[in-house]
Amino acid sequence: MLKNRIIPCLDVKNGRVVKGINFIDLKDAGDPVEQAKIYSDGGADEICFLDITASNENRDTIYDVVKKTSKKCFVPLTVGGGVRSVEDINKLLNCGADKVSINTAAVENSKVVIDSSKKFGSQCIVVAIDAKKNGDRWEVFTHGGRNNSGIDVLEYAEKMEKNGAGELLVTSMDRDGTQVGYDIELMSEISSRINIPVIASGGVGNLDHLVDGIKLGKASAVLAASIFHYGKYSVKEAKDYLDSKGIPVRI
Amino acid sequence: MNVTIVDYKSGNISSVINSFEEVAKDKVNIEVTSDLYKIKSSDKVVLPGQGSFKSCVEALNNINGLTDILNEFTITNKKPVLGICVGLQMFADKGYEETETKGLGWIAGKVSKIDNQNGKFKLPHIGWNQINIVKDSKIFKDIKDNSHMYFVHSYEFIPEDKNVISATTDYSSNIVCSVEKENIFGTQFHPEKSDTMGLKIIDNFINL
Repeated sequence: MLKNRIIPCLDVKNGRVVKGINFIDLKDAGDPVEQAKIYSDGGADEICFLDITASNENRDTIYDVVKKTSKKCFVPLTVGGGVRSVEDINKLLNCGADKVSINTAAVENSKVVIDSSKKFGSQCIVVAIDAKKNGDRWEVFTHGGRNNSGIDVLEYAEKMEKNGAGELLVTSMDRDGTQVGYDIELMSEISSRINIPVIASGGVGNLDHLVDGIKLGKASAVLAASIFHYGKYSVKEAKDYLDSKGIPVRI
Repeated sequence: MNVTIVDYKSGNISSVINSFEEVAKDKVNIEVTSDLYKIKSSDKVVLPGQGSFKSCVEALNNINGLTDILNEFTITNKKPVLGICVGLQMFADKGYEETETKGLGWIAGKVSKIDNQNGKFKLPHIGWNQINIVKDSKIFKDIKDNSHMYFVHSYEFIPEDKNVISATTDYSSNIVCSVEKENIFGTQFHPEKSDTMGLKIIDNFINL
């Protein structure tokens, strides 16, 4: 039976982890490679890096991080943040990323998704959608949530599936950072409309939220950052909890 | 010993390279190449594959003489070959992704889309699923039945002779996820992304 996935996400800036795990035995709390290794040893089903490096001159730092991580972690590695072109995707894959997530570029130029999924296969193309409620619908936001594209999220999700995305990583902007749980309505609406897997993101504060994301939100995978970063829960605790709630996980 | 990962310029093979290098350490030489002579003279060959059946077959055929060398290596000389994902699928006679495409024809059978039962099962089949080992395979030494492996695919290999099947996985139906036919081995899942159990399979192949 296919298992639901738990994906810890690390924010990386200038090659360093921004919010790190506070483990005493960690030699270098800012080293993304070491943190990713802790997650994969702890049973993470995949690892996600979100590169939030702002300046262009430091953009190349992520490639080095990916290269080193992929030599130590033997679970799938997804890398996103600032991915603009097919060439960017090619570079990340060559460094050892297994999947690349595309956000703003997918909104601005749908050819990026079409061309990259043709060139590298849908399996490595994840479209990341930042969604925010506006009235009775959700709209797609770009540029790290700063710009409203005005595009309807549900229509956009369908379009991205058609364009060749292998998965959708859906973040609720309303919930991100609140720790009150995923936007269940958003996740389940998208998941029931499309036939590719949905990864739920944004708002996790406790382990019940992970359960809800899968059971109610119908997500195939749940992504979380802060609950793992601050050592509130380990990946193993999360998996044991999901297992106790009858959710199939890899243990 | 030399193990060659065939780089036929299709898809991303970095993870395959990393995992083989991790397992091989300094005991075994891992070569990544499309050089016909090097492939011919190596002891084992790994055939990775990402993207579509059609694009992978086309990429193989684009390298002059490559399929001939692979045929000689596998069929005539009967040296060990491991196909991963579409690499395994290409062992078939035919694939039906995008359009009907001729495969390598090493194991009689076809590759068709997974029946998702009218949308009941999401495709691609992405994530960790358990393998049901149905026959002893040399690459499954010390691998427990029901071990989890990482999958990403929408198409499945359906061999004519069911005796070649070494493991299946349950996703809408029993999908063939591993085969062994004499010197030919293949996994539909990605051992290179399947954590310690996956690395063990790679280790088993290297130590054949």
